[in-house]
Amino acid sequence: MAELVYNKDGRLLFTKEMKKEYTLLMPQMLPIHFGMMKSCLELEGFKVDMLTTEHRNIVDTGLKYVHNDTCYPALLVIGQLIDAVQSGKYDVHKIALLITQTGGGCRASNYIHLLRKALKKANLEFVPVISVNLSGLEKNPGFSLSLPLIPKLAFSMLYGDAIMLAANRCRPYEVNPGQTDAVVQQCQQKLINDFKNGKGLSRKAYKQELEYILQCFDSIEITDEQKPKVGIVGEIYVKFSSLGNNNLEKFLVAEGAEPVVPGLIDFMIFKVNNRVVDVELYGGKAVKRIVAGALQKFFEMLQRDYIEIVKRHPRYTAPEPFSHMQKLIKGYLGYGNKMGEGWLLTGEMLDLIHSGVNNIVCTQPFGCLPNHIVGKGMIRRLKDDYPDSNIVAIDYDPGATKINQENRIKLMLANASRNKRKQETEAQHEMAHVN
Amino acid sequence: MIYKVGIDVGSTTVKVVVLDESNKLLYRSYERHFSKVREKTCELLSGAESILRGHQLRAVITGSAGLGMATAAGVDFVQEVFATAEAVDCFIPETDAVIELGGEDAKIIFFGNSLEERMNGSCAGGTGAFIDQMATLLNVTAGELDELSLKHEKIYPIASRCGVFAKTDVQPILNQGGRKEDVAASIFQAVVDQTIAGLTQGRELKGKLVFLGGPLFFLKGLRQRFIETLELDDEHAIFPENADCFAAIGAALCSGGYEVTDYDELSKKLISAVSSANTTNTLPPLFDSQEDYDAFLTRHNSNSPAETDPETYTGDAYLGIDAGSTTTKLVLIDTNGGILYSYYSANLGNPVSVVLSQLKAINDFCGDRIKIKGSAVTGYGEDLIKSAFMVDAGLVETMAHYRAARHFDPQVDFIIDIGGQDMKCFKIRNNAVDSIMLNEACSSGCGSFIETFAKALGYNIADFSKMGLFAAHPVDLGSRCTVFMNSSVKQAQKDGASIEDISAGLSISIVKNAIYKVIRAASADDLGQRIVVQGGTFYNDAVLRSFENELGRNVTRPVISGLMGAYGCALTAMDMGLSESTLLIGSKLDGFTHTSRPTTCGGCTNHCSLTINTFDGGRRFISGNRCEKPLGKANVSNPNLMKYKFDKLKAYEGKPGVRGKIGIPFGLNMYENLPFWHEFFTQLEFEVVVSSPSTRATYIKGQRTIPSDTVCYPAKLMHGHVLELIDKGCSVIFYPCMPYNFDEGKGDNNYNCPVVAYYPELLGANVPDLQEIKYLTPYFGLHRPKDFEKKAAEYFFNNFSIPKKETVAAARKAYEAYEAYKQDIRSNGQAMIDHARANGQKILVIAGRPYHSDPEINHGIDDLASSYGFVVITEDAVAHHSPKEARKVLNQWTYQSRLYSAAKYVCSQSDMQMIQLVSFGCGIDAITGDETRDILESGGKLYTQLKIDDISNLGAVKIRIRSLIAAIEAREALEVK
Repeated sequence: MAELVYNKDGRLLFTKEMKKEYTLLMPQMLPIHFGMMKSCLELEGFKVDMLTTEHRNIVDTGLKYVHNDTCYPALLVIGQLIDAVQSGKYDVHKIALLITQTGGGCRASNYIHLLRKALKKANLEFVPVISVNLSGLEKNPGFSLSLPLIPKLAFSMLYGDAIMLAANRCRPYEVNPGQTDAVVQQCQQKLINDFKNGKGLSRKAYKQELEYILQCFDSIEITDEQKPKVGIVGEIYVKFSSLGNNNLEKFLVAEGAEPVVPGLIDFMIFKVNNRVVDVELYGGKAVKRIVAGALQKFFEMLQRDYIEIVKRHPRYTAPEPFSHMQKLIKGYLGYGNKMGEGWLLTGEMLDLIHSGVNNIVCTQPFGCLPNHIVGKGMIRRLKDDYPDSNIVAIDYDPGATKINQENRIKLMLANASRNKRKQETEAQHEMAHVN
Repeated sequence: MIYKVGIDVGSTTVKVVVLDESNKLLYRSYERHFSKVREKTCELLSGAESILRGHQLRAVITGSAGLGMATAAGVDFVQEVFATAEAVDCFIPETDAVIELGGEDAKIIFFGNSLEERMNGSCAGGTGAFIDQMATLLNVTAGELDELSLKHEKIYPIASRCGVFAKTDVQPILNQGGRKEDVAASIFQAVVDQTIAGLTQGRELKGKLVFLGGPLFFLKGLRQRFIETLELDDEHAIFPENADCFAAIGAALCSGGYEVTDYDELSKKLISAVSSANTTNTLPPLFDSQEDYDAFLTRHNSNSPAETDPETYTGDAYLGIDAGSTTTKLVLIDTNGGILYSYYSANLGNPVSVVLSQLKAINDFCGDRIKIKGSAVTGYGEDLIKSAFMVDAGLVETMAHYRAARHFDPQVDFIIDIGGQDMKCFKIRNNAVDSIMLNEACSSGCGSFIETFAKALGYNIADFSKMGLFAAHPVDLGSRCTVFMNSSVKQAQKDGASIEDISAGLSISIVKNAIYKVIRAASADDLGQRIVVQGGTFYNDAVLRSFENELGRNVTRPVISGLMGAYGCALTAMDMGLSESTLLIGSKLDGFTHTSRPTTCGGCTNHCSLTINTFDGGRRFISGNRCEKPLGKANVSNPNLMKYKFDKLKAYEGKPGVRGKIGIPFGLNMYENLPFWHEFFTQLEFEVVVSSPSTRATYIKGQRTIPSDTVCYPAKLMHGHVLELIDKGCSVIFYPCMPYNFDEGKGDNNYNCPVVAYYPELLGANVPDLQEIKYLTPYFGLHRPKDFEKKAAEYFFNNFSIPKKETVAAARKAYEAYEAYKQDIRSNGQAMIDHARANGQKILVIAGRPYHSDPEINHGIDDLASSYGFVVITEDAVAHHSPKEARKVLNQWTYQSRLYSAAKYVCSQSDMQMIQLVSFGCGIDAITGDETRDILESGGKLYTQLKIDDISNLGAVKIRIRSLIAAIEAREALEVK
């Protein structure tokens, strides 16, 4: 059995021996994206189990082991991990926990430490915790993101974005209920199989896979109704995770709306871009800027490919590139606003409005610090500049009730329908006028 | 004719209206539903039977609690704010804005070019429900509260963050003798402030305003507060007829296009509307069987005081009084600790009169056979009762409770007391109170919440809590705070939970709140082996049971659980061994008089709201003060670095300069960076204009432009600061965005928190006046001086055409000035430490952020600590002594990094203690709090955290500081042994 090895600061390391014996447990924020990232890790020789649990005990475990004033995502992620460790499903001496660490000035960078504190409280200190980050924080001998892994993860992310985009477009209108979800499964399975066979991981293959994905969704029969589109933005975890946002997408679909969820790739480019901006604003080593700049260019290239391919399929609204949001945000927030989702969150709201999606749910954990500024703090300005914008801010928390959340979203939806009727009437008037 | 039926199911009431085709109101009904939503709706509908029968109709349901019913009944639903907007649009055209208050929700609708509707955020819930709670607190009905408020003379500032905070503010005002009339009006004012602060968010309320909803319809005093606050006249403040039913009317108006039905079908649908989709989380039952419960009772009822016969006892006796926040308790014991007389009752908003009548009763009871040889008092009202009745001693609550718990279990190692308002937990080590955990404002009021809730449903607390004992599926109501619980109840109601399940759920929630929020325990061992539970809330067997369940350990509950504070006082009075008691008793009570008068202290710029209590014989008791000045005593001037820093910073003034005025808001990180920027701009020949130190008025001034009600108070104050600068004629305001702070080399990074970093941009987007002036929010990083010179040179060249050389020179001077400021703080801090040591005084490090030196933010906690004999210094005066070390958290914020270093240093100094100030809503302090506690406790020190907000009452702070002192003394006494 692998020995427990600590570094000089007393941090339990994940060793090479552990890599052979241990199973890594990872939380899940986006089922498609993370599912594929899991496959990438498996290709690297890790045993990985992605947690998809959603039961109430996750929140209770979180409340028990994490400071209750900490943000909701921390509570959920840590609650979910510890709940799994304690579930009896695993040999607790043969598992390690994976958690992402962003390294920004937000509380979220501390999740890993809160997880360790929680493990200690639960007498599980011997379970190693691995930080997944691109900032060079905490290194482990048995775990490193190898250079070839980075493009793979990037591809996975964009596959995920493509599936999410297409599925959100089709699901509300599908003629045969359940077909969209079946196609999601089908695409995901194909991608994972391709990964296993070493395919789908070059730029050329990447384009082919995207094409394949969109074609699959093109084959779904949909109605030609026009439902109100509702954008979802917010703190990254509650924005994406159904566990975090009480199944927001599902709720919106059930209420007769079409959810529009900006992808994960922009967030990744944003995080890389922050490093470039840092050097520009405050000075620093040019090499830092160059390396980050190169990575940003690479991501942007992949995003361009993606957009180009989506454009070939008229069914979907192609997303705008990252640089578009950089333009839109001018006059609202500085590029230096980088903690949490930073200026990108407002940028996404602007992008949605510009693409005709005036109805937006801005999600955040209760008391989220960056969102005071970039979420709730910007709604006033957006309303002034775009009077038709219809934005509702929703707080998520263990104590926040679904009924209050849904009631507020319903108000936003009622306004959305009214605005839509108004626009239609105006359009009719115009038509009458023309005739 | 097809009639339109609108049904509005709110959190507390149901409204049913019927309109004819021309929108004439034919029927209306408004009643409380007492959680029996479906039954009440059917009942109200049946009231319209004679009107509806024989007609076709369309029906629409609206309201926060109506959603579930609408789905279950298959009746159409429309969101209530939307419905209200429809109704206003139809009946009161040309309205500019609507304010609607309901039981749980507050809403504002702005008409005009684009319709904008807002509902309160998750935190600020509870308006009608809040008023109900407050009325219960004052022991009046909501109607009587209204009557009282119309006779007010003074308005106390009450926290406007949320209902829980407001309640925490109201309680001490009552306990210190504030007039009910004034308190009533202050409560309404708090509702007004909450509504305006929480909902307008930068949009001005002007023009023709319509006020809707039950509370505004029924409560004249509340209306008056709105009218005065918004400065409205009759033409612009509209209180329409049927204002309580507008959402229902709106729902009826929205019914066009929906399915046509008739009375019988509709009522059939409603009757059968049992929610099928049960999404509420449920918990296991508390007791499985009566036998279970009986065994439980037998075990707990064995913990009782010595038996005595009150009717025949003759001899000495000792009196203990616990003047708690919501209840007053008295206990008279014999020399064996047997109870001769006891009293437990709500203090009805006037503890003095309660104690007076009880003393008279005790006097009659004692007659000639029993002589009171000593007395002691504890609780919120300690000082007041002590001076009113010349009680022999006043005890800090923790000491009183420990004394009583020890009587029942000499080996007790953990005590938890849950009263109406507060929870107190303390660990006992080596026969002394070792560490103390008190709830913060946010989780207060849990105990009394159940009681108010029970009353609102028409039960008394005892019956209500019993209902929960055998509930099959207690609902999970969360544990954040009572405001959140209230809305969880609404969710449960929507899902059709029974009152039994809700009752059990409330009890469980209180326990979870105590264990996971206040104590922060993960297992029973984190508490102790021998746990004594007490406080009135533990009379509730459901609470006691869920506490044992949650911990998985049996605990001791004395049968006098609710009297333990008073019992401890009585025991302490006996311990004192006095030969004569000073207590007013016997004939001395006959001439007792008490009057109280509110006033504002003019002693200094704090302008404390004082209540002056005058008793017979000229005894006076003044409350609400933060220092000794109004008491006519000279201020004790112990060295106080917090005050020193504040005085130093506020003395920075600009010199007239050729480049004109530049305004700097005096708040957040400017509390430390001011010396830097002041020097910088003075060198560049700007006249630096600094906004005045914060006051409550600063907050009120900017309140309407705050977009997020859950952000910290220091940030909220910034809105007022920039507005003041504009008033002062600044056409340029400089407030840079600073994600990075100075790098002091003690952490893994040197960030500021997101709020400090980016608040300048938030102000720019939310304070319209800033768009009229040159408001500069550049990104600067002072952590890299060379780069800063370059970047600043470029910036000021571009914006002001300042030659680059000048800026570089100014920057260098600015760094020197900042360094000098820092050194000055450190050396003065050291001088204060030396002074303390030379005089044998204890040193208290009040640790927080630089801006916690702002008296409007710290509410005079430093003065208070200093009045208890501490020499007060701040974290930045000692943090530099500790070397860089690895921490168990990511140590990436400069200010927070100082907390850890300072805590570490305090551990090495035997005469130092530390308390941490935490602003409510500071998410980062959820992390620093735990880490600082770890550092201090593993270094053998006590950890005390004080959460502060716009709240101004120091009652809870006093208890904490006194508990800290008591604990220090107990430890020292042990060391001497």
